[in-house]
Amino acid sequence: MLRLTRRYRFAALHRLQAPHLSEAGNRALYGKCANPYGHGHDYVLEVSVRGPVEAISGRVADPRMLDGLVAGQVLGAFQHQDLNAALGAVPTTENLAVEIRRRLLGSWKGAFPGQWPRLERVRLGETPRNLVEVIETL
Amino acid sequence: MLITRRAEFSAGRACSNPALSAEENRALYGGAANPHGHNFVLEVTLEGEPDPATGMVFDLKQLKEIIEREVAGPMDHRFLNREVPPFDRVVPTAENLAREIWRRLAPHFRGVGARLHAVRLYETEDFWVDCFGEGECSA
Repeated sequence: MLRLTRRYRFAALHRLQAPHLSEAGNRALYGKCANPYGHGHDYVLEVSVRGPVEAISGRVADPRMLDGLVAGQVLGAFQHQDLNAALGAVPTTENLAVEIRRRLLGSWKGAFPGQWPRLERVRLGETPRNLVEVIETL
Repeated sequence: MLITRRAEFSAGRACSNPALSAEENRALYGGAANPHGHNFVLEVTLEGEPDPATGMVFDLKQLKEIIEREVAGPMDHRFLNREVPPFDRVVPTAENLAREIWRRLAPHFRGVGARLHAVRLYETEDFWVDCFGEGECSA
């Protein structure tokens, strides 16, 4: 069993604003991330899959299938988008990573119908200094 | 404790299974079936505790030499399918390269205090594979 990781990038806008809080409350909680007109990031997404190496191909997964899945489910949904409109939750890096995981798993069998490979990890960098990871129990 | 040494090698390859036709290889691997090359980046991670006498888990100079002798030396500026066995028979995907690197390195870290923990091979900055553990890498 090996782990294969592919890295992707997308640029998107967000503003951290919890609907149950006042302007002052959001300002106190999120600081400049709550600025009213939003701001953007170049997100870096790492998707890791795990599986046995297939005998004929010598691969864990066809990277073109993974690319297609990520393009359709993640990049297409978030590239150059306003995450506050696209996400339906406060677009923190944590919530965005959870949504990316949900989207990937929701369409996983369409790309990878067999038992393997399985999604092992979603790692999302909002900037090179802010990183979150969601790890699956396999 | 984990310690990691990084090394690079640049090599040519074609992802092409000799048991398949040219058309089948093209369908399976796309453009990677053509002869091409990469600047591979290898990270070798050892696990162990620092030796009280030296303060080191393993001598990084020795680790550098082992990687050079087993991997970087034989593979750098070579066309893997033609010049580096077993890739005359085994398709040199990143996965198979990582497994072969594990096989070449693991015997050096048996009974020496440090053991081989992980082999990570970057094919590009945006694509890499990891193998952990004897059974995982060979199975």
